Formats: sequence, structure tokens, C-alpha cells
Amino acid sequence: MTMTNRDDASPVRSMAPAEGGRSLRELLDTYLTWITTPLLLLAFIALWKLYVVVLDISPFMLPPPEAVALALVELLQEPFFWNFFRITVTEILVGFGLAVVVGAGLGILLGRSKLFERIASPFIVASQVTPKVALMPLFLLWMGFGMQSKIAMVVLLSFFPVMKATILGVRSIGSEQRDLFTVIRAPVWKRLLSLDVPAVLPYLLTGIETASVLAVTGAIVGEYLGGNEGLGAMVVMTLNAMRVDQMFATIVALAIFGFLFYAVIASIRKIAVPWHDSAQND
Amino acid sequence: MSIAADPTAADRSAPSGQPAPAREGAIEIDGITKVYDTKGQRTLAVEDVSLEIEPGEFVVLIGRSGCGKSTLLRTLAGLQAPTDGAIRISGQSLYSPEGKAVPEVIGDLGFVFQDANLLPWRSVWKNIALPLEVQRMSRPDRRRRAEELGELSGLSEFLDHLPRQLSGGMRQRVAIMRALAPEPSILLMDEPFSALDAITRDELNMALQLIWLEFRKTVVLVTHSITEAAFLADKIVLLSPHPGRLQKVIKVDFPRPRPLELTKDDAFQSLVAELRTELGE
Ligand SMILES: Nc1ncnc2c1ncn2[C@@H]1O[C@H](COP(=O)(O)OP(=O)(O)O)[C@@H](O)[C@H]1O
Ligand SMILES: [Mg+2]
Repeated sequence: MTMTNRDDASPVRSMAPAEGGRSLRELLDTYLTWITTPLLLLAFIALWKLYVVVLDISPFMLPPPEAVALALVELLQEPFFWNFFRITVTEILVGFGLAVVVGAGLGILLGRSKLFERIASPFIVASQVTPKVALMPLFLLWMGFGMQSKIAMVVLLSFFPVMKATILGVRSIGSEQRDLFTVIRAPVWKRLLSLDVPAVLPYLLTGIETASVLAVTGAIVGEYLGGNEGLGAMVVMTLNAMRVDQMFATIVALAIFGFLFYAVIASIRKIAVPWHDSAQND
Repeated sequence: MSIAADPTAADRSAPSGQPAPAREGAIEIDGITKVYDTKGQRTLAVEDVSLEIEPGEFVVLIGRSGCGKSTLLRTLAGLQAPTDGAIRISGQSLYSPEGKAVPEVIGDLGFVFQDANLLPWRSVWKNIALPLEVQRMSRPDRRRRAEELGELSGLSEFLDHLPRQLSGGMRQRVAIMRALAPEPSILLMDEPFSALDAITRDELNMALQLIWLEFRKTVVLVTHSITEAAFLADKIVLLSPHPGRLQKVIKVDFPRPRPLELTKDDAFQSLVAELRTELGE
């Protein structure tokens, strides 16, 4: 007598599509954004151009798209641009890395202990409801106009979502999953490695994605408000020099970097937690 | 794969070379009482239950929802100490006087949870092998053991699948194999099939019977299905609700292996009727 049965033995998800080959609709579905994104971008640039020409907008208010493109190409050949770029990126990456470590560490601590969370939460909430940007002058006072003060702003802005997500992840571990590890007599390190870390990972990634956006904001805001280095400072400097085309070009460069940074972070999900619902396409 | 024809079946149950104690797999429950005390609200979940379970016996705990079946089983699994009373597994006390479960004793228990409780990030074989990792078994050995168990339970083709790719019945098979992987002498199961449809359930009951016939572990299974109890059990233990007390113990001695058609038998039907009356349905 065999124990396998036809009905039960077929994995639910391996059902093949009803008809062979991929229909046009499916293809369209898969590559939709590859078509729509460039089209929408083009439409946006066209509208911009149209607006500038039709209403005869002064280039000091809003330069036409081709002027911005030209300014960007010029900037990309300037060594000082790359120096500023390096400074800003360093602030973002270092601050972001610290935020992830601090956020995940605090999250695990507070997630595991209700008591700890109750004690710490007034302070953590206070640190978030305080307008953080208002603290920048203080950071400048304490840490100077160099990178440290900006890194501090990046950490302050971006650790919170990481911590929140980690707490949620730790709390998501079911009591039965913990019981399982008790029944198999798993030591603490085994629990941490084989239960807590993998269970928290998808939540942590969500927090990290949000943090990656805030990290860019933090660095730029920091540079706006103090010092004369970095792309944030460059926006102010180009504006003061009435080089609005360069200012726009700098903003475009920042946007491109922010986008790529987020895309890299978001793509980790598919590799790191392929088992989780959030990594599924359907 | 055919269970009955497996030539290695006989010697897998008892590891050769070491003389097993005579009472290996016996469970003695001695006056167990469990009171839950949450936020000042006391619930008497189980009161003064005593029961002897023989090595290799298939015991089914049945009773209405909330009558303390899970509580009793979790207490047997070393997950929560009883408020009063003692438990001996294979002759050794399960809980120390301070109410801590004794690790060596829990090591001899396998537990199957209601909703499979697989780790979704692990493939089937790694789920099965999880308890073996704790025992520091080498990776090739773990894989080999998982393959063995996979073959036994019809999971061979799915060892590298993720749990989300399996049906509910398959997942529960994985859960049973995980519990059996470290070769415990006692298997505890809390309503393992209650979330499954009737056909899958019949299949798994049959599969479980065959596995049990091969390994002859002591099994304590909780269910609220009367048919399931009558089909599987050597001994049915009825619990009465509020508080959970031992109501009656009924011996069942239909010959094994029991075919699914047994459920249509007159003797079976009258046992079912008797259980119905006892449970007040
Ligand atoms: N962790 C707990 N804390 C407080 N009360 C509980 C807890 N677990 C179970 N109970 C109570 O104990 C009684 C028995 O529950 P349980 O053992 O789960 O019953 P069954 O498994 O037979 O449905 C119920 O009244 C239930 O509400
Ligand atoms: Mg229960």
C-alpha cells in the first residue's frame, strides 16, 4: 500500500497555464513599465518645454529641459562635482548603514521585551515628533560643518522606520514557532539564527526601503543648512550664483542617485526572502 | 513506496547496540492539574487527570473544544509545567521540582502542531531536518535522513519545494516527518488533521496508521473527530469539559492494519454511537 495519493501529491502552485505559449496580454503585463515609464517621462519633458515656450518663462525661473540637460553634461565633466557627489554619497551610505544597525538592534531589543519597549518608547516617540530638521543647527554646533553632522541627521531621520519594522517582525513570530524550537531543544543561538533572523528579514527590508529614501533626504537637508560641501550645498551655491540650470541639473543628478539607491535596496528582497509573499510577482 | 514491504522496517524502530530500558516510550500521568492565571483571572483547565500509557500504544484524547486537551498535551510536551501532579516519560520525571522541563526527557518527544507550523523560508527537506541540526548531525546525513523520511511519506519529489508550494495535507506530512526525524520514542499530535478536508484527512489517518505500525512509537493524538478517534486508537481517552477531567477510557481492538472501509462496519458504528452518547452529542 503506498501512501502517496494523486490528489494530494500535486503541489498546489505548479499548475501550468491553461494554454501553451505566452499571450500578448501576458507579455504586455510583464513589460508594461518598460513602455510606460519612458513614455511618461517624455510627456513630462514635452509639457515642461511647452510651458516654458508658450508662457515665455524666464530661464532664471525655470530653464528649458535642454538647458538643464546641457548643464548636467557639463557638470558631469567637472571634478568638483564628483568630489561633492562622493561626499554626499558617503554621508548617505554611512548614515544609512548606522541607521540599519541601530534600528535593527533597538528593534530586536524592544520587540523581545514589552517592558523595555514601555520604558524606551516615550523617548523614541519624542525623538520622532520633534521636527528633526530643527536639530541640524545643534548638530553643526556639536560636530562642525563636516560630514559628521550630516551623518547624524541621516541616522536620526532613517533609523525609526527600521526599528519600527523590526519590532513588528519580532512580534510576528508565532508562539507555536517558538514552541517548536523549545520542543526540539534548540539553544539560544539556534533560535536567533534559524527563527528570529529569517522571520524578521522581510519586515526589516520594508523598513530599510523606507530608510533608504529618508537617508537621501537627511543628507541633502543637512548640506542645505550647513557647510559648503556636497550636492545639497551645491544646490544652494548654484542658486546664489543664479545658475538655475545647474541647480536643476544637480537636482536631477540627486534624483537619479536616489532612484538607483532605492532600486538596489528594493531588489535585495527577491534575493533575500524569495519565500515571502512580498517577493512574489502575482 | 510500500511500507509493509520495507525490509529495514523492523530494525529502525529500536536503535541496535544499546539496551533500551524496558519502559522506553511509556507515559505516566499522575494527578495532573493545570490552572492558568492570567491577569488575576484563574482558569482551571485540567483537574486531577491520571493516566498510564504503554510503550507503543496509540492513545487518542477526545473531548469538546475547551476541555483542556491542548493543555494536557502541551504539559506532556514539556512546554508548560502542571500546577500540580507529576509526569514520567520512559520512567523519568519530565519536570524538575522547580517546574523546569528536563532537556534529556523532552529530547525523546516529537510534537506535531495543528497547522503544520513549518518554517516558510526553509525547503521541505530542511524543515524535516531542523531537529537534526540541533543535534549537530552533518549536512549529508541530514539530507539522507530527510530523503528516507520523504520516501516514506510520499514527499520525495517535493523535498526541495518551499512549504507554500504544497497543499495542506502535504504540509502536515512534512510536519509529521519533522517530528519523527530525531527518532523520538513518543509522538504527540494536537489536532494535526483538523484543518484538512475529509478526503485528505482519511488519507493522512491511513498514512499515520501505517507509519505507526512500522515504527511503533507511543502516540498521543488529540482530536475532536469521533470517527478519527475510533479509527486510529488503541485507547480512547474522553475528557469532560469545565474543568477538564478524565471521563472515560475506552479500549479499541479492531485488528490492524485497519482499512478505511472499517468505518462502515457495524461494530465500528456502534463504537461511534457510544462515543457520541458519552460526549453528549
Ligand atoms: N494560555 C492560556 N491562558 C489562559 N487560559 C488558557 C490558556 N490556554 C488555554 N486556556 C483555557 O484553558 C481551557 C482549556 O483550553 P485548551 O487546553 O486549549 O482546550 P482544548 O484544546 O480542549 O480546546 C480553556 O477554557 C481555555 O480558555
Ligand atoms: Mg486545542
